[in-house]
Amino acid sequence: MSLGQALNAGLRQAMERDPKVVLMGEDIGKLGGVFRVTEGLQRDFGDRRVIDTPLAESGVVGTAVGLAMRGYRPVCEIQFDGFVYPAFDQIVSQVAKLRHRNEGRVAMPLTIRVPYGGGIGAVEHHSESPEVYFAHTAGLRVVTPSNAADGHRMIQQAVACDDPVVFFEPKRRYWERGEVDEGLATTVAPLHQARVVVEGTDATIAAYGPMVATALEAARIGLQEGTSIEVIDLRSLSPVDFETIEASVRKTGRLVVAHEASVFCGLGAEIAARVSEHCFYHLESPVRRVGGLATPYPPSRLERHYLPDADRMLHEVDRCLQA
Amino acid sequence: MAIAPARVPERGIPEWTGFDGLVQLISVDGQRTVGCPYWELVADVGADQLRDLYTDMVVVRRIDVESMALQRQGELALWAPLLGQEAAQVGSARALRPDDFVFPSYREHGVAYCRGVDPVDMLRLWRGSALSGWDPAVFGLATPAIIVGSQALHATGYALGIMLDGATSAAVAYFGDGASSEGDVAEAFGFAASFTVPVVFVCQNNQWAISEPVRLQSHGTIAQRGQGYGIPAIAVDGNDVLAVLAATRLALARASAGEGPTLIEAVTYRMGPHTTSDDPTRYRSRDEEEEWRVKDPLVRLRALLRAEGLADDGFEDSVTAAADEVAARLRRGCLALPDPPPDALFDHVYAGPHPLIEEERDAYAAYVSTFDS
Repeated sequence: MSLGQALNAGLRQAMERDPKVVLMGEDIGKLGGVFRVTEGLQRDFGDRRVIDTPLAESGVVGTAVGLAMRGYRPVCEIQFDGFVYPAFDQIVSQVAKLRHRNEGRVAMPLTIRVPYGGGIGAVEHHSESPEVYFAHTAGLRVVTPSNAADGHRMIQQAVACDDPVVFFEPKRRYWERGEVDEGLATTVAPLHQARVVVEGTDATIAAYGPMVATALEAARIGLQEGTSIEVIDLRSLSPVDFETIEASVRKTGRLVVAHEASVFCGLGAEIAARVSEHCFYHLESPVRRVGGLATPYPPSRLERHYLPDADRMLHEVDRCLQA
Repeated sequence: MAIAPARVPERGIPEWTGFDGLVQLISVDGQRTVGCPYWELVADVGADQLRDLYTDMVVVRRIDVESMALQRQGELALWAPLLGQEAAQVGSARALRPDDFVFPSYREHGVAYCRGVDPVDMLRLWRGSALSGWDPAVFGLATPAIIVGSQALHATGYALGIMLDGATSAAVAYFGDGASSEGDVAEAFGFAASFTVPVVFVCQNNQWAISEPVRLQSHGTIAQRGQGYGIPAIAVDGNDVLAVLAATRLALARASAGEGPTLIEAVTYRMGPHTTSDDPTRYRSRDEEEEWRVKDPLVRLRALLRAEGLADDGFEDSVTAAADEVAARLRRGCLALPDPPPDALFDHVYAGPHPLIEEERDAYAAYVSTFDS
């Protein structure tokens, strides 16, 4: 099934498992969400568990906070990445901090789903990658699946998690299909565990969300050119599974971090600093980053220049190899 | 005090345009007003209950005065005084039922007192010993919202949960005239009206948001905002404890009857500064302060009690003594509040394991231990 269908199936299982799970968002009911991720859920669970809200993102998240304090487990859908900012205050000042502020006496088991990233030819504010704003905030967990099987498992883990999870969905991968075992236990891996997708020996590309498929393409091309590239799917951006990254770098000696978000102050900066600190004597070259430019997201006719592709990733791998 | 179950009057929210458009049951000079239909909502409030309300207001003011003093003496980092708002807070909070749930701002010390919070615990936040002071579930009271207006949405969501549970309690959001300009309050009005949830919005219009007068927030009244959302609103004299009690009872009864949200604008006055860091002499006149001083909510209720023979010097002395005892205990408790250990920094950031937190906890403990030898 596709990533979108896998998320739908995972949400359905989460709702069947726990009657306190309620979905909230704009157009998620009869329409099933603009990407159809909640399709059929209001029909099957009713409009008291799949709630169409007024058009106000802070309102969606802020009321979810109150629901959580009443004992519910809300799953909020933000329609597009660029629409999450009106909810930013509620997410970083309330959702992230309420447990700590109340010394553990208030639980905040929210999931905030955000379709993100570009590559779909959209208009402005529909292609952004705001994940680092949230990864920077203590109290939040930030994750992103790259494929259908992970999407199915991780959305269930996120909903079951007693911490707030900002769940970024790579919208250009919604329609990509993969094998999903709906009976698979969600405990096969912790939510924050990264995965080595393909093994390699010459360099590592660490990517997440929409960039994992691009990194795999780069690895395939690299192999044809005689370069063995290991690809890591980070899956979790807060916390980051540094163990998996560092183990890979100790093997390959070279690391490229890839994301659609701007390179400046992106997750790659944190990973580069960390790897420099922990793997300095294993590195054959400086850690390199490939990502979005230091510009606002461009009009869609230019987005292929903004977004990293396999060629740009391989260009950075080459620079590591030539160092 | 005993809580009478209010019921929604047959005619819904009574039309009332008397007393400058405000619901008022006790006049400024301490006389019972005549003709206001809200009297029926407090018909059960007799001599004992009136004395209890007065005692609450005196104690709450004494807690406030003592906390101001503690801040001036360097024992609190900050204090946001409620001076002048005792009737608005005690009147509304004494209308609440045990299973109602309150979402306060940072000035609702009187509400917290009425919900049973130990005043010493109120000071933990202001002394910097903790980020909050009590268990919300125990008192039906969230910890103070410092982000202005954010709590209106939390109350609305909590009320949605009450509705989904099929319960008959209500959520109550307290906020001020400044917060009425915040988007979160507007969104809360929209969500609450759309979902018809059992929430009461209590806006204490104390005329000032730090240095900004209420006319800078809006040229209409705050109560008028309700109409645009389809939320019935009651404008009440916020310095009249009985009127506030009556209005809140009506709002709670509407909520429990499934009639949805109510907005209460309690018109009052912040007699002190915004906080201990503020200086009102820079932006408002002595004349204005004097104009409101004669409307002091305690003076008004005392006048009523005296006029009706419900209080004498002995009663007032006993109330003062009780309030002084609360204040003395508050001072002792404040000075005894321990600083939390540095390790507490890392507690409860997450519910589950988090490698970065654990790593920093260990690293910081190791760093601190280097000073031990």
